[in-house]
Amino acid sequence: MNLLIKGGRVIDPSQGIDETMDVLIADGVILELGQGLTAPEGTPTIDASGLLVTPGLIDMHVHLRDPGLEYKEDIATGSRAAAAGGFTSVACMPNTSPVIDNKAVACYVVNKAKSEALVNVFPVGSITKGSKGDSLAEMGDLKEAGCVAVSDDGKPVCNSELMRRALEYAKGVGITVISHSEDLALVGEGVMNEGFVSTELGLKGIPWAAEDIAVAREVYLAEFAAAPVHIAHISTAGSARIIRNAKARGVKVTCETAPHYFTLTDDAVRGYNTNAKMNPPLRGESDVAAMKAALADGTIDAIATDHAPHHPDEKDVEFNVALNGIVGLETSLPLSLKLVEEGVLDLKGLVSVMSCNPAKILGIDRGTLRVGAVGDVTVIDPGKEWQVEADKLESKSKNSPFLGWKMKGKAAYTVVKGQVVYQA
Amino acid sequence: MGFRHKDIIALKDLTKQEIELLLDTADNLSEINQRDIKKVPTLRGKTVINLFYEASTRTRTSFEIAAKRLSADAVNITASTSSVVKGETLSDTAANILAMKPDIIVMRHSVSGAHEYLAKRVSCSVINAGDGAHEHPSQGLLDMLTMRQKFGKLAGLKVAIVGDITHSRVARSNIYGLTTMGAQVFLAGPPTMMPPGIERLGNVTVCKDMREAVDQADVVMMLRIQLERQGKTLLPSMREYSRYFGLNPAVLALAKKDAIVMHPGPINRGVELASSVADCDQSAILKQVENGVAVRMAMLYHVCGGEPVE
Repeated sequence: MNLLIKGGRVIDPSQGIDETMDVLIADGVILELGQGLTAPEGTPTIDASGLLVTPGLIDMHVHLRDPGLEYKEDIATGSRAAAAGGFTSVACMPNTSPVIDNKAVACYVVNKAKSEALVNVFPVGSITKGSKGDSLAEMGDLKEAGCVAVSDDGKPVCNSELMRRALEYAKGVGITVISHSEDLALVGEGVMNEGFVSTELGLKGIPWAAEDIAVAREVYLAEFAAAPVHIAHISTAGSARIIRNAKARGVKVTCETAPHYFTLTDDAVRGYNTNAKMNPPLRGESDVAAMKAALADGTIDAIATDHAPHHPDEKDVEFNVALNGIVGLETSLPLSLKLVEEGVLDLKGLVSVMSCNPAKILGIDRGTLRVGAVGDVTVIDPGKEWQVEADKLESKSKNSPFLGWKMKGKAAYTVVKGQVVYQA
Repeated sequence: MGFRHKDIIALKDLTKQEIELLLDTADNLSEINQRDIKKVPTLRGKTVINLFYEASTRTRTSFEIAAKRLSADAVNITASTSSVVKGETLSDTAANILAMKPDIIVMRHSVSGAHEYLAKRVSCSVINAGDGAHEHPSQGLLDMLTMRQKFGKLAGLKVAIVGDITHSRVARSNIYGLTTMGAQVFLAGPPTMMPPGIERLGNVTVCKDMREAVDQADVVMMLRIQLERQGKTLLPSMREYSRYFGLNPAVLALAKKDAIVMHPGPINRGVELASSVADCDQSAILKQVENGVAVRMAMLYHVCGGEPVE
């Protein structure tokens, strides 16, 4: 597909670009960047004046629920939510039914995405067979089938020896390992962050130490095995500190946080709000501040939503019974843009954590507008004001704590391989 | 002043005046419980459903008697005998009960916040008979009634609450109610049973040593240690718990001379309470049970829109 995007403020940290220029895409590939570009007659053209033009945003942590849990979301609806949120690529977690722990299931996702998805869908395979934590999944096969990472997301690999071997083996295969870091014994029957709010509500708490201890283990295992590890959805000040220190001494650790962890505290649980129930749980104010500080100093490499659609029957219940997780694809961009307004990140920093870095971590040829790269582009209207409404969300599920929130900033166009897949 | 709440879910939500109104009404209604014929027609034609998702003898019976003494029709549903075992959701159960046009649902539920959830979904009144580790307002009220009867006031009293504060809805309701009424609460228990930030819930002081809490106290309230719940990691043994946090005559002697001993029941003799203390003259435990009926009558009466009783 051919496309000319004219007069936008192009921000591409991969090339150190922040200036007003045109982007020309031919046959789905970036052909040229520059001033006053022209295209052959009939080439679709976007007037991007006043808008930001960035490498296509990448959400490296979503749950598309397909196969098996299509009543929550499927590859088609999830990809529509992604496109509406400005994402051109998503990495989908393997806790489907069946689990993406073998080539056949991975191929199902890849093939279904090919025919039904609006955006690039990169499956994540499991670390262990069935994500049961007993023995390694066939990572080589998973990679060949198109998986960009492995993770037992939703639960940790409790056995430290097995996790060590997973890191070593994955290094050989050349596939990224994503750790869901949680000490399950410390979590116990906890349903929210342990703190004053849990005391007041009489809900069982999850201590921050449950995350920190598990993150520390992954850091030491990665250091020992001299292998990279990526930590999913960090939420605590301690996790950030541990990872910052590890990076300083050269450990190959990267991490992501989610918009809700730098936007909300456990106060949001008051009223037993099940749309504020997720794992890890919303933490305290100092943790929120620590997430921002860790984004600002580069400790946190990526913003990922942990988009976790659930049916109302699973959320509109008593708090203890409600499932963990919230949808995030369509609210991530404005919540992250707020960081720019607050001075936590500049625009280049934002594009780094939402596009360039996730691409690097997953080893995919995305996250850049370099000539010759795939023509995935997000055109952002940073001033667009809008309100989050359940019936306007593209996702099949509406479990968001941000319903009713007034947002600023939205994707104006989402472009995948030179084709506009979403237009506001 | 009337009572403006449709539901009674938490003492945290009630003002001093509202708590006083409930206690005054309970005091007035308690006279009915002394009569030969213990029944008034006040709530005739009203239907009260006791929906109990957790085992309870005292509270359920007390609510049932309270409803019947006011001439309401009381029906008991317990989780083990209803369709709950077939996996019906609380929301569906509530809708089905509501279709039978009750006026009040009295519910006990193991999940904190279940009542807030229920109250948003039903048009009838909801009274909380205990939700998880959150609140147990009728217990808090009957405790305060018992204290007020003994001392004539609540303001200025020193109340010691000893035991597993983390898992106690009784402690939370008492903390909220007593703080609102101007009493001082002193908590004691092993650190494994003391939740973070508890001192911020009200006028609360956390004591490391039980004797500090009991010293010069007007009221010593002992909480039940639930062996089945806390046995695993929170305590080395009941024996050691009893040594440090059980109330025996020597510790009780530190309290004021006219102090009373309270317990929400059922008591574990020889664990949190020495038998000699449970049965001593200072024990108000059975008075609490007696007051429970009057308090619950007052709660039923006021959520039905009852005016202050003269």
